[in-house]
Amino acid sequence: MKRDSGVLTRRRARREWETETLRDSLQRSPERRPTFTTISGVPIERLYTAEDLEHWDPEEKLGQPGVFPFTRGPYPTMYRGRLWTMRQFSGFGTPQDTNRRYRYLLEHGQTGLSVAFDMPTLMGLDSDDPRSLGEVGREGVAIDTLSDMEALFADIPLARVSTSMTINAPAAVLLAMYLAVARKQGADWGALQGTVQNDILKEYIAQKEWIFPPRPSIRIIVDMIAFCTDRVPKWNTISISGYHIREAGSTAAQELAFTLADGIGYVQACREAGLEVDSFAPRLSFFWNAHSDFFEEIAKYRAARRIWSNVMRGRFGAKDPRSWTLRTHAQTAGCSLTAQQPQNNIVRVALQALSAVLGGTQSLHTNSMDETLGLPTEQAVTIALRTQQILAEETGVANTIDPLAGSYFMESLTDRIEREALDLIETIDGMGGIVAAIEQGFPQREIAEASFRYQRELERGEKVMVGVNRYTEGAASDIETLKISPSVEPRQIRALQKVRKKRDERAHRRALAALVEAARGGTNLLPPILDAVEAYASVGEICSALRGVFGAYREEKTYF
Amino acid sequence: MSESASRPGKLRLLVGKVGLDGHDRGVKIIARALRDAGHEVIYTGLHQTPEMVVATAVQEDVDAVSLSILSGAHKTLFPRVIDLLRKARLPVPVFGGGIIPEEDFAFLKRRGVKAIFTPGASTQEVIDWVARNIHPRAPARASVARPRARLEKRKKGPVRAGSPKRRRS
Repeated sequence: MKRDSGVLTRRRARREWETETLRDSLQRSPERRPTFTTISGVPIERLYTAEDLEHWDPEEKLGQPGVFPFTRGPYPTMYRGRLWTMRQFSGFGTPQDTNRRYRYLLEHGQTGLSVAFDMPTLMGLDSDDPRSLGEVGREGVAIDTLSDMEALFADIPLARVSTSMTINAPAAVLLAMYLAVARKQGADWGALQGTVQNDILKEYIAQKEWIFPPRPSIRIIVDMIAFCTDRVPKWNTISISGYHIREAGSTAAQELAFTLADGIGYVQACREAGLEVDSFAPRLSFFWNAHSDFFEEIAKYRAARRIWSNVMRGRFGAKDPRSWTLRTHAQTAGCSLTAQQPQNNIVRVALQALSAVLGGTQSLHTNSMDETLGLPTEQAVTIALRTQQILAEETGVANTIDPLAGSYFMESLTDRIEREALDLIETIDGMGGIVAAIEQGFPQREIAEASFRYQRELERGEKVMVGVNRYTEGAASDIETLKISPSVEPRQIRALQKVRKKRDERAHRRALAALVEAARGGTNLLPPILDAVEAYASVGEICSALRGVFGAYREEKTYF
Repeated sequence: MSESASRPGKLRLLVGKVGLDGHDRGVKIIARALRDAGHEVIYTGLHQTPEMVVATAVQEDVDAVSLSILSGAHKTLFPRVIDLLRKARLPVPVFGGGIIPEEDFAFLKRRGVKAIFTPGASTQEVIDWVARNIHPRAPARASVARPRARLEKRKKGPVRAGSPKRRRS
């Protein structure tokens, strides 16, 4: 009864404010625009009050940090215990070039490595493949054989760093190479820490770097999960990624929904293959885009943890609380950066990074200001890393857990995004799951639509990008960019050809034949891939052997 | 739009994604915007080699080819498409966009790229440039024997890398 009278008093006070103070103010000067929305188009009210949380139960919606439903964070002490991992994604040119950059970053306080591969490697092609022409070492480091991987990690003790590898379609091959290097260094596989992205579903949805059709691709992923659960127990076998979905133009809720639906798809596939959910689920991790709409982003991270814990406990019956936790990496939004006035990007990145930290991310990549122009220079990367260090050490935001919890606005927005994402997940379930939805082009169409809508809003000036459609300057800004020497491609091709000449040809052929055999049958593909890698078979040779069995993926229809 | 309004030519435009990069957000926006502007747009889909793009261009008898490249391979791929188009006797204008540093504009221009649109360019800029600079190639498109491709004299566009010179095939 007492609570009820409190509600009534609050309502009365609100009405009074609306009819007196607010109305006068609006008559004197109207608001800047008729409606306000997030960058994703979610309507935002003028004011959020206790009324918005009238039926909101903090016990149910928030709980405690490190406890179901994990809204407040996956760990009980969060950044008071340990700061997020500062992980700058990098790779370019030859393995030797990138090795030098890694050692530079480690010397400057970076705490984990993150490998960017070049386009041919991402597509499972060798540097001397005709389709690789002009692309070798340009967007990342070129890796053809184990010999390149040895050079990439020369003088970096794999037992002591954690390494994230952004690789999807050929992820099994690159992971096998990493394990082979670790073995050569004498590092125990049980101690290895790191992640392979290995999220092929979002490739069909958004990033479009695929090799095989969805179903055999998922088999490879399940094989990797089974193998690592057994042999490389600390390795994160998949990083289920919303990043690229968002970069392709989705809304925040779509990013959440399609990514979590991908996660559901992987868990289902593993269970169908006979794996017990709690044996692998604690090693699943996620990857969000840290976009520009500050509060919407924080709400997104919080809603993600809540949805996932419910899915894992409710739908999949996981018993281990670690299976319920969503741990995530985040990267600031590449698509929000502007080529115009590129120094402004430093500020954008700082704010996006702040939202990821307030959202409770476990690791973070901050983009460099020059990344719309090319790969980043050393100086630009250093500023991006320093941005994280300033957030961690100077601002005080890491001192307490989930500082925005209980805010009328934050909790309303978290609930709203959760609801929107759940609706989309339900639609996907209705289509027969994410693979069927992808085959029907559902997420692809939704994203293309959202991306076009945003572009129109931008061109009508309803959404603003500083330096692009407002506060523009005539002259192009002149900043330094990283040049990839044209000699990288021929050098890399020569190195590959040298390996081919030097390797034991019989062992190499035998290993590839055994791999094809395993692919035709149903045994785990990781051991034969490891053998092939150690026989110095190249990424292209291994992928092409598998393509012979699994076929190549073609996008049936394109939506625009 | 003033100029384009006086010459509302419906064009056949090939919008291509050449090379290995899968970033198709921009290319799809451009394809849709050009289609909404009344043109017939043929989008190649992803991961096309220059040979595949040119084969499609010939088969579809297009008035221009536009390419989107975000992989850094533009200095290799643009010239290759232009050379192959010339060999195929279809020297239609080639323009494009993506992540392309300004310092490469001069090189691409020399190699025959008519315009480069970089991030931040609006779809309207592209539509206007196309309206001013691309013209239907031949009046009788339906004829079986394709008329020999012929370049018309073009005005220089106002956009970044519009080239006043034309390359002879």
